[in-house]
Amino acid sequence: MAFSTPPYVLGPGSVRRVMLQVLIGLLPGIAAYIWLLGASIVLQLLIATVAALAGEALMLWLRGKPQGLFLSDGSAVVTAWLIALAFPPLAPWWLIVGGTLFAIVVAKHLYGGLGQNPFNPAMIAFAVCIVSFPALMSQWPALGLKLTLVEQLKFIAGLIPRIDVMSGATPLDALKTALKLGEGTVDVPTLLATQEVFGNFAGRGWEWVSVGYLVGGLWLWQKKIISWQAPLGFLGSLFLLAAVLWIWSPQQFANPFFHLFSGGSMLGAFFIVTDPVSGSTTSRGKLIFGFAAGVLAYLIRVFGGYPDGIAFAVLLMNLCVPLIDMYTQPPIFGMKNER
Amino acid sequence: MLQHLFGFKGGVKPQTNKAPSVQQAIGQAPLPERLYVPLHQSIGGSPNPLVEAGEQVLKGQLIGGADGWMSAAVHAPTSGIVLAIEQHVAAHPSGLPTLTVVIAPDGRDEWIARTPLDYRSLAPERVREALRDAGVVGLGGAVFPSHAKLTAASSVAVEQLVINGAECEPFMTCDDLLMRERAEEIVRGSAIFRELLAARRVLIGIEDNKPEAVAAMQAAVQRLGEDHEVVAVPTRYPAGGAKQLIRVLTGKEVPASKRSTELGVQCFNVATAYTAYRALAYGEPVISRIVTLTGNVLQPRNWEVRLGTPLRNLVALGQPKADTSSYLMGGPMMGFEIPDLAAPVIKATNCVIAGSPTLFPPRPPEMPCIRCGACAEVCPHELQPFELYWFARARNFGKTQEYHLFDCIECGCCSYVCPSHIPLVQYFRFAKSEIWSREREKQAAEAAKARFELRNARAEREQAEKAERLARAATTRSSERKPASVAASPPVAVSEPGVASAVASEPAIAPTPVDADALKKATIVAAMERARAQRAAVQPRNTEQLTPQQQREIAAIEARRANLQAESPPDAVNQPRRAAE
Ligand code: SF4
Ligand code: SF4
Repeated sequence: MAFSTPPYVLGPGSVRRVMLQVLIGLLPGIAAYIWLLGASIVLQLLIATVAALAGEALMLWLRGKPQGLFLSDGSAVVTAWLIALAFPPLAPWWLIVGGTLFAIVVAKHLYGGLGQNPFNPAMIAFAVCIVSFPALMSQWPALGLKLTLVEQLKFIAGLIPRIDVMSGATPLDALKTALKLGEGTVDVPTLLATQEVFGNFAGRGWEWVSVGYLVGGLWLWQKKIISWQAPLGFLGSLFLLAAVLWIWSPQQFANPFFHLFSGGSMLGAFFIVTDPVSGSTTSRGKLIFGFAAGVLAYLIRVFGGYPDGIAFAVLLMNLCVPLIDMYTQPPIFGMKNER
Repeated sequence: MLQHLFGFKGGVKPQTNKAPSVQQAIGQAPLPERLYVPLHQSIGGSPNPLVEAGEQVLKGQLIGGADGWMSAAVHAPTSGIVLAIEQHVAAHPSGLPTLTVVIAPDGRDEWIARTPLDYRSLAPERVREALRDAGVVGLGGAVFPSHAKLTAASSVAVEQLVINGAECEPFMTCDDLLMRERAEEIVRGSAIFRELLAARRVLIGIEDNKPEAVAAMQAAVQRLGEDHEVVAVPTRYPAGGAKQLIRVLTGKEVPASKRSTELGVQCFNVATAYTAYRALAYGEPVISRIVTLTGNVLQPRNWEVRLGTPLRNLVALGQPKADTSSYLMGGPMMGFEIPDLAAPVIKATNCVIAGSPTLFPPRPPEMPCIRCGACAEVCPHELQPFELYWFARARNFGKTQEYHLFDCIECGCCSYVCPSHIPLVQYFRFAKSEIWSREREKQAAEAAKARFELRNARAEREQAEKAERLARAATTRSSERKPASVAASPPVAVSEPGVASAVASEPAIAPTPVDADALKKATIVAAMERARAQRAAVQPRNTEQLTPQQQREIAAIEARRANLQAESPPDAVNQPRRAAE
């Protein structure tokens, strides 16, 4: 008998299946991305995947773990894709490779490998790179910058001097910079209405990528791969905080929908704060985790020094997970009716 | 009938595979050449053999008397000759032998004189005794003596009596068929239970994937004019767990630290109600049971099988297919692999499944926990299995208890869903047994320490007393003798406190110094001799005790593993926890 311990039947779940479903959940967002910015993102995804698998293989070999089993579990690919999607699409290849290797080697394997990392590896990669290469990490392709695929590839390969053709800002960053430079002479409604970078209800184009992540996230929730607590807590606090400030001063602060559909909000809500390994595990804990991450992300993105605040918010909350988990243990069966 | 249902959290929906074994009516399994009836078949004390090798027994004759209140009697399943009372492999995952009455049937299948009891006119106490002596135990698989559960808690009146016909384990259909074919007896048995407990309502819970059983039970209830409520409950494993069924039907949650009667509810399996009724109304003790034989066999079916029938004889009836690689007893969620087909069918044998590599494929390799929380999602006791797993792995057993390890009913839902294929239940069992054995060790060490200290204290006291006595005696004597001969008693001796010198100072009683030495030596030799004799006397008893001890352990394990059809939390499950806390 192959295994002589009950249960003798197993459900269909497996780590590979879970990871595969997460990757599928990312597809609508990626599709919107391709439609918006061109196919270069596919190359970035590929580069990150190869780097992640190479790093994973190396570390598994060093640690004497079975290669086939872990390489095929899909977890490294998920990290790779999240990095590729969080980084600027025209970032040079070595930035993606470096970030991914750092995520896999340091953030994942040096902490004990699959399931052991206290911090979200993709967010570590993002944080490390934005601290080390702030300029490169903030350069997003300007809108209206119609690049051919060859040009995109040249950017990634580092063959074109970057600075002169890149507008270097995401909608979030553009807004912040404009407000800072304008020093009271500009106001948010006029900016949103006049500048090309802002679209129908958030950043042009980006809003559709966000919708793509939202769709994929809802699908993951429906498939029970993620639960609703963390995304709702995250989007809820982001929305609430943005709404309060927007109502208080609509001239200075963008409306809450702008925040929900800009930057990494949706990617973060459904694919980052839901990371089981580095997130909270209890229902209430997930709600708290998401909520606090949303608050931090808003504060950093609006008042802090970085264009978006999700990576730092998530990493800060990762630190709090043991504490959150400890204080949110749910009552067990039969404990509710004990007085 | 509008019965409000209260769901329970968690649970899984494994493939039920119940259809193959319900195609035919319950069959009568033929008598085998030999019956191996283990004396210990239920939770609690091990019955003593009441027959001897060579004795002729009749069908239904008592062959093992209940040992104390928490025990149930065992009977001869047919008439024949007792060949031996010996150790024989038991239907238990360990395959350890247990004391077994081997009977060669004579083929006449001749009953003892059966005396139906007029249970209505009997005192409840007598009815309970009758059930104990008829060997009525929980037939859902937990084999908890039924009479012990038929006493209401003194403080709480029994509000609901739950009759468990949920049978949620995949493959298993013995209760389903029993309800379809013998519904009336189940209903009558339930009525007796109700009377004994003075329960206000009777709720019969049946999973809604057994519409025929629901219909049959409803019809029987109506025919008999009882006001039992037959309730179809949603099909979801482990809906047939006593606590889950109680929760679904009454909304009450019974924690591990409490017995259900403390919350005013008691639960029995349908098969138990059936046998209780047969025992009282016909004087028929429990000598057979319905067993589902299914899985990788050509003829899946339910059989009424004599207890003691070797499993080999039973599985032959199903014609196992060529690629059969193993046999499970119980369902695939909570059952165990039968180590030896020579083991007999016992009261706990509700289902035997022939397994093949296709039916039960090998477990994929274990991966690290990714904290996905799927296990917590499905845990019907709302535990955090992955936390328990971390702590059990780290051998941090104190923490496992903090995270309610002993509330785990080992239903296996968590292992079933874990995407990392971690055998979580195995870790929990390991942690539990580890805690128990540590507890036992600690208790043994404490007892030894107490004994040692007691012995020391006694020795000291005795020595002091003796010294005092001798000293006193010496003083009186010397003062008595003084007038006669002053020189005979040197004053030094009197003032010396030591025993030896006191002895030496008494020429009248004690021997000369040389003799004193000899005496001491003789005393030591005698003491050593005594100790040796004691050791010799104790040792064989120790080895004798080994088997009952093991049996008790087996009982504890069985209690713990109480099948989901379990009717109520056996105390044995909770005791170690209380002890460990
Ligand atoms: S289901 Fe398995 S992998 Fe998921 S949290 Fe539980 S033990 Fe860990
Ligand atoms: S085996 Fe224990 S921990 Fe796992 S689901 Fe069942 S009760 Fe919960």
